[in-house]
Amino acid sequence: MTKKLLVRRHSGVTRVTHWINVLALCLLLMSGLQIFNAHPALYWGVKSNFDRPWLSIGATEQAGRPEGVTKIAGHSFVTTGVLGWSGKAGAQSSVAFPGWATAPSWRDLATGRRWHFFFAWMFVINGFVYLATSLVGGHIRRDLWPTRAQLAPRNLWHEIITHAQLKFPKGEEARRYNVLQKLSYLVVALVLLPLMVATGLTMSPGVDAGAPWLLALFGGRQSARSIHFLAANLIVLFVIVHLVMVVLSGLWNNLRSMVTGRYAIDVEGERA
Amino acid sequence: MSVANRRGWLKGAVASAAGLWLAACDRISQSKRGMSVLDSAEDLTRRAQRLVVDRKALASEFSPAEVSANFRANGSTNPDDPDYVAHAAGGFADWELVIDGLVERPLALSLAELRAQPSRTQITRHDCVEGWSDIAKWTGARLGPLLDKAGVKREARYIVFHCADNLGGASDASGRYYESIDLVDAYHPQTLLAYAMNDQPLPVAHGAPVRLRVERQLGYKQAKYVMRLEAVADFAHIGGGKGGFWEDRGYEWYAGI
Repeated sequence: MTKKLLVRRHSGVTRVTHWINVLALCLLLMSGLQIFNAHPALYWGVKSNFDRPWLSIGATEQAGRPEGVTKIAGHSFVTTGVLGWSGKAGAQSSVAFPGWATAPSWRDLATGRRWHFFFAWMFVINGFVYLATSLVGGHIRRDLWPTRAQLAPRNLWHEIITHAQLKFPKGEEARRYNVLQKLSYLVVALVLLPLMVATGLTMSPGVDAGAPWLLALFGGRQSARSIHFLAANLIVLFVIVHLVMVVLSGLWNNLRSMVTGRYAIDVEGERA
Repeated sequence: MSVANRRGWLKGAVASAAGLWLAACDRISQSKRGMSVLDSAEDLTRRAQRLVVDRKALASEFSPAEVSANFRANGSTNPDDPDYVAHAAGGFADWELVIDGLVERPLALSLAELRAQPSRTQITRHDCVEGWSDIAKWTGARLGPLLDKAGVKREARYIVFHCADNLGGASDASGRYYESIDLVDAYHPQTLLAYAMNDQPLPVAHGAPVRLRVERQLGYKQAKYVMRLEAVADFAHIGGGKGGFWEDRGYEWYAGI
């Protein structure tokens, strides 16, 4: 017979910084899309070659009707209603990302920048607190760094298969993160999010003067803007997968563990 | 609750939460209090950048091969102010740049006199607040030596640039373009009153006869059609009081980011 056992899953710092991060990233995304809408085209290199963006979102007229068009690397996609041309019936307009995705919902670059930089500071300070305490306190080494056994190809393959079958670890196995969780959290926390900060700073002409090596690192300001956009997309992708996994592996148990810190696992009766 | 019911309820909850969230963002964007909280980041950004970036650090300069073939002209591209139109028609022969305000010796310099001042040529990147970048070669009088010539008084803290263009479109002076920078940026070696672009006299679309180049800040700081420099202790009494045309319309005074 199995019993439910509540174990301590997340430290106070992890929980508080997680939810501050949710707030900050959400508003950074929405205000970031607002800023993108001011010039909805991306380039590689130092400067903007206006004739050759690798990505652009705009509106054209097709048989007298406006149409939203997204162009990626020379390929055109009709994205009317979402990208390029959107809005409530009768009040549609040419806008790259739709109003429901931006902060504020109307076209306003100045206000979008105010939101973006305020939450950028919140995100950076919060991230610094998380990384500093997690490095010193051992959270990263103990809970996030995969063990050699976990990284063995056989185990990796096994995890991929069981994830695809939506079979999640039970019992003692559920006490720690599996290797796919560990790797995705590490990539997000140590690669993607710091990359967002670094490429964001590279877009600042003030920072560029003091740290021109950032420009060299990313291949110029416009490349940094492109990487900033792509990394944001990867973070959105991570969040979608993360939310799906949270729901599928036990919404309330997961939510409770990120709020109160306690996570329920099934254990054999005698041992509980 | 059945699974279908629970799903429906969850969907509804998520949809209404998203709606509330969007409405909250918009309410804050429209409230004075909300925006003043968000605005606090500007001060933090300016102080942090001034702390970590050397005040004399130069903006990156580029090779002639990297100059943009088609440098975009933004904002005003052909001012309709009658005085300006007359100056432009006469090739700016009678045009004079005025330097006054909190200075010991107010100046009025013709374009020829300005060209005879200590100058600098630099190929730099121009970053529009919208997100794009262009590169051009600028030649102009260095602002620092010009200010020394006029003798900036001790109480002066900012240089205000009064421009000929009426970007706001109002019939009175409220739509006049203006900008301001502090003395740290005014005395930076790359800060120029540029009269040439890519070895040609500055075109009207890019601010003829003279535009400001204050590298390390965004495009809207690079005031075009500069007519008068005024040294001030404070800019609260000028225009909308925020230190510039776009600043009065919500953009940051510190445009280093």
